[in-house]
Amino acid sequence: MDLTLKIWRQKDAKSKGKFVTYHVKDISPTCSFLEMLDILNEQLIQKNEEPVTFDHDCREGICGMCSLYINGRPHGPDDAITTCQLHMRKFKDGDTIVIEPWRARPFPVIKDLMVDRSAFDKIIQEGGYISVNTGAFTEANSILISKEDADLSMDAAACIGCGACVAACKNASAMLFVGAKISHLAMLPQGAPEAKRRVLKMVAKMDELGFGNCTNTYACEAECPKLIKRSNIARLNRQFLTAKVS
Amino acid sequence: MADLNPKIPQGPLSQKWSHYKDHQNLVNPSNKRKLDIIVVGTGLAGASAAASLGELGFNVKIFCYQDSPRRAHSIAAQGGINAAKNYPNDGDTIYRLFYDTIKGGDYRSREANVYRLAEVSNAIIDQCVAQGVPFAREYNGTLENRSFGGAQVSRTFYARGQTGQQLLLGAYGSLSRQIKAGTVTLYNRHEMMDLVIIDGKARGIIARNLITGQLERYFGHAVVLATGGYGNVFYLSTNAMGSNVSACWQVFKKGAYFANPCFTQIHPTCIPVHGDYQSKLTLMSESLRNDGRIWVPKKKEDAQKVREGKLKARDIPEEDRDYYLERRYPAYGNLVPRDVASRAAKERCDAGYGVNETGLAVFLDFEESIKRLGKNVIEERYGNLFQMYEKIVDENPYENPMMIYPAVHYTMGGIWVDYELMSTIPGLFVAGEANYSDHGANRLGASALMQGLADGYFILPYTLQNYLASEIKVPRIPTDRPEFTEAENGVRNRLEKLMNIKGSLSVDHFHKELGKIMWENVGMGRNEQNLRKAIERIRSLREDFWKNLCITGSINDLNTELEKANRVADFLELGELIALDALQRNESCGGHFREEYQTKEGECLRNDQDYKYVAAWEFKGSGQFEVHKEPLQYEEIEVKQRVYK
Ligand SMILES: Cc1cc2nc3c(=O)[nH]c(=O)nc-3n(C[C@H](O)[C@H](O)[C@H](O)COP(=O)(O)OP(=O)(O)OC[C@H]3O[C@@H](n4cnc5c(N)ncnc54)[C@H](O)[C@@H]3O)c2cc1C
Ligand code: FES
Repeated sequence: MDLTLKIWRQKDAKSKGKFVTYHVKDISPTCSFLEMLDILNEQLIQKNEEPVTFDHDCREGICGMCSLYINGRPHGPDDAITTCQLHMRKFKDGDTIVIEPWRARPFPVIKDLMVDRSAFDKIIQEGGYISVNTGAFTEANSILISKEDADLSMDAAACIGCGACVAACKNASAMLFVGAKISHLAMLPQGAPEAKRRVLKMVAKMDELGFGNCTNTYACEAECPKLIKRSNIARLNRQFLTAKVS
Repeated sequence: MADLNPKIPQGPLSQKWSHYKDHQNLVNPSNKRKLDIIVVGTGLAGASAAASLGELGFNVKIFCYQDSPRRAHSIAAQGGINAAKNYPNDGDTIYRLFYDTIKGGDYRSREANVYRLAEVSNAIIDQCVAQGVPFAREYNGTLENRSFGGAQVSRTFYARGQTGQQLLLGAYGSLSRQIKAGTVTLYNRHEMMDLVIIDGKARGIIARNLITGQLERYFGHAVVLATGGYGNVFYLSTNAMGSNVSACWQVFKKGAYFANPCFTQIHPTCIPVHGDYQSKLTLMSESLRNDGRIWVPKKKEDAQKVREGKLKARDIPEEDRDYYLERRYPAYGNLVPRDVASRAAKERCDAGYGVNETGLAVFLDFEESIKRLGKNVIEERYGNLFQMYEKIVDENPYENPMMIYPAVHYTMGGIWVDYELMSTIPGLFVAGEANYSDHGANRLGASALMQGLADGYFILPYTLQNYLASEIKVPRIPTDRPEFTEAENGVRNRLEKLMNIKGSLSVDHFHKELGKIMWENVGMGRNEQNLRKAIERIRSLREDFWKNLCITGSINDLNTELEKANRVADFLELGELIALDALQRNESCGGHFREEYQTKEGECLRNDQDYKYVAAWEFKGSGQFEVHKEPLQYEEIEVKQRVYK
C-alpha cells in the first residue's frame, strides 16, 4: 500500500517543531508500524536527510520504550497493543497517517517523536517498591497469598510504564500509572507495612512533577496497551484518603 | 598472556562457596562509602548488583542506553526462572539442578561456578517474593511451578508470560530505592564507549550522553559490565534493537579475553520470518512446550498443500501427523533442550516437511491440551503469548496451531571470567549474559534469569568486596589523568572516522548483510567450508562498511544512526571471531553443531579428548586473535554422552 505520513519533526527540546509530509510506497500489510518507519528512514538516508528519531527497543510490546500518537491515539488504532506491535494491515492503501510524540507537559520532547519520561522513574523512586535489602527475606512459601490476590496484583504489575495513559489524558494525569503500582503492592502482604507512606509520597511527587488531576474520563484505560483497569485509580484514591486521615 | 587461573576455592564442590565466603576479605562500612563502583547495564544482572552494592554502602554509578533502567531487555523474558526448591516434591535437589545445567550445557561449563549457581537459586526466589514479585500461585496460596526443557522435574517459577518483566521490576524497585537513598546515581541514555585502565587496573569508563552527543568521563575503583548478550550479530534475533556487544568488545580490545564466542543459542519456538523489511523476531516462550505438541505432516504431499494454502492443519488426520520430537526422544518428548529441538525442526524442514509459505516452519499445536484442560486454563497460562502471536500473524492460535521456527536467542559465550566473575583485567567484573560463565555450549530454559540474579544479588556483592578490600587506600582518581584523555580521544577519533566515511549505504544495509552471512554459515549447522567462506565475506563486508557507510546528522547531537553504526562496526569484527571459534572447535556440542561431527542418528558428536576446554580469545591487533585454553576438570560428575531418548 502507498501512504502519506505527516510526521512531527523537532530538532531538539528548545526548537519549535512542525509537521513534515512524507510518502512511502509498496508497504506490505505484514510489516509492523515501526518497520514502516524504518523504510521511511532508509529513504531519508538515501537522500542524505536526517531520519526521524523515535524511541523503541524490544519491539515486542514489553519494554515500554516505544510511544507515538498515531492519528490522534496513543499506540495507534488497534486495541491492547503498543506501537511496535501494530501492523500495517490496520491501514489501507492511500491513507494519510498523522504521527506525533506524546503530548504532555511532564514529558518534554527531546527530538522529533522522542520524549523524556524520566518523571515516571522519579515517581517510582519515591516508594514504588518494598523496602527490603538483599538477603533480608524469609522462606518464600512462608508467605501465603491467595491465587485471587496474586492474580489481581499481577494484573496491575503488568504496566509497562510507556506513558500512554498520560498522553491520552486531557489533564496529563498519571493516576493510572501510579494506581497500578499502588495496587500491585497493596494486594500483597509484603507491601502492607509501607502502604501509607508509599501512597502519600508517590502522589506528592506526581503532583510536584506537574501531572494533572483525574477527572474521571478514563481515556487512560481505553488506551492502555496492557489493559490496566480504572479500578486501580479507585484503589489509589481509597488508599490515599485512608492514609491522609490516619 | 594473562592468567587463566579460574581461582576455584578449595574443598569439596558443595562447600567451595561457603569456604570462599568464610575466608574472603571484607570492607568495613566507613570504607565502603569511599569506594566507587561503576555498573554498566540495568538488566537483571546490573540492577540487582547495583541495588545490593548500594545497600551495602558503596558509591555506585549505573548506566543504560535506554531512557529508563526498567527497559533493559531482561524485561522481555517470558517463561520463568529455575530454582531447586522442590516444592512439588518431585525429587529436585541442588545437585540435580547443578547436574541438569552441566549436562544441558553439554559438559562445557565450569563445575564450581555451576554448582554455586544452583546453590543460590533458592535464595533468589525468597528475595524476589520479599520484593513483591507476583509469581503464579496455587489455590492454597503457595507458589506454583511449571516444567521447562532439559529437566524431568518442575522447578520453574513464573509470573504469567512476563517473568522477566516482574523480576526486573523487582530489581528496578530496589535500584530506585537506592537512587533515592543517594547511594546509586543513574545515568540513563548513556552508552559506554570505552574502558579506562590505569596501572593495569580497570578505573573508569568513557560514556556518550546520547541526548547531547557529548563524551563524558567516569571514575570507579572497579567496573562491572552487565551489558547483555550479542545475539544481534545475526541481525534478526529475539534481542532488543539496541542489544549490542560494544562494551564487551571494547574491553576485549583492551585485554579481557572473549570465551567461547561460537556458543550461541538458537531457540526452537519463534514466530517465523515474514519479509525482508523485518527488524526482529519474536519468541514464543519455551513454556508453551508444556502443553503444545510439535509436529509436521507425515506426507510430503500434505506439507506441499499446506504451503500452498490448499490444506489446513486441522484437516490432517492424526495418523498423518509426525510428532517428531515425541517420536525421536520419547523420554523428554516436546521438552528436549533447545539445541536438540531446533535442529530437529531444521532437519524436518530441510527434508521437505516444513509448513508456512516458506516451508520454514513447524506446527505447535494446543488442540489436545485445550480439549483436556479447557480453553480458559490455556488462556490463563499463555494468554499474553497467544495475543502476541495473533497480533503479529493474524491467526487465532486457539483454533489453528501456531507456526514456529528456530531463531537466534541467547549467547552462552562472553567475556571470560574467573570464579569471582572477574575478567583478565583486574577490577573489571562481568555479570549476566555478558559473561560466559555458567551455560557451557547450551543454556537450559529459565536459567538465564537465575544466573543474572545470582550474579547480581548473591555473588558480586561478595567477590567485589574481596577485590576492593585491597583498594581502600586508593583515593578517587581525578578524570583529567592522561589515561582518561587518551581513552576519550580514541573514542572521538573513531566516531569522527565513522561520520567522515560519507558513503551511500545505511547502517542497516550492512547489519542485514552481516546477519545473512552469519545465519547461513554460522547458524544451526556449521561446516569448515562455509565457516571459511563466512570469514572471507565478513572481512570484505567490513572493508565495504568503512568505505561506503552513510551517517546523516551530526556527531554532537542525538544521532541514532551513529549509535547503530558504532555497534555494527563491532559486530562486523565479532562475526569473524565467532566463525574462527567455530572453526577451531572440531566437534559438535550443544548449540555448536559442526556437520562433519555427528552420530549416525544426527546427534552431536562431542570430542572430550581434544576439546574439553574453554576457548578464551585474546585480541592481538586489528583482525588478529589468539586462542588460549582453560581446561575443564570434572571432579564430581562423570562426563557422558548427552542422551534425551
Ligand atoms: C525474548 C526473550 C525471552 C527470554 N526468556 C527467558 C526466560 O523465560 N527465562 C530465562 O531464564 N531467560 C530468558 N531469556 C534470557 C534472559 O532474559 C537474558 O539472558 C537476561 O535477562 C540477560 O540479562 P542481563 O542483565 O545480562 O542483560 P540485559 O537485560 O540485556 O541488560 C543489558 C543492559 O545493559 C545496558 N547496555 C548494553 N550495552 C550498553 C552500553 N554500551 N552502554 C551502556 N549500557 C549498555 C542496557 O541498557 C541494559 O540495561 C530470554 C531472552 C529473550 C531475548
Ligand atoms: S519497543 Fe518495547 S514496547 Fe514497543
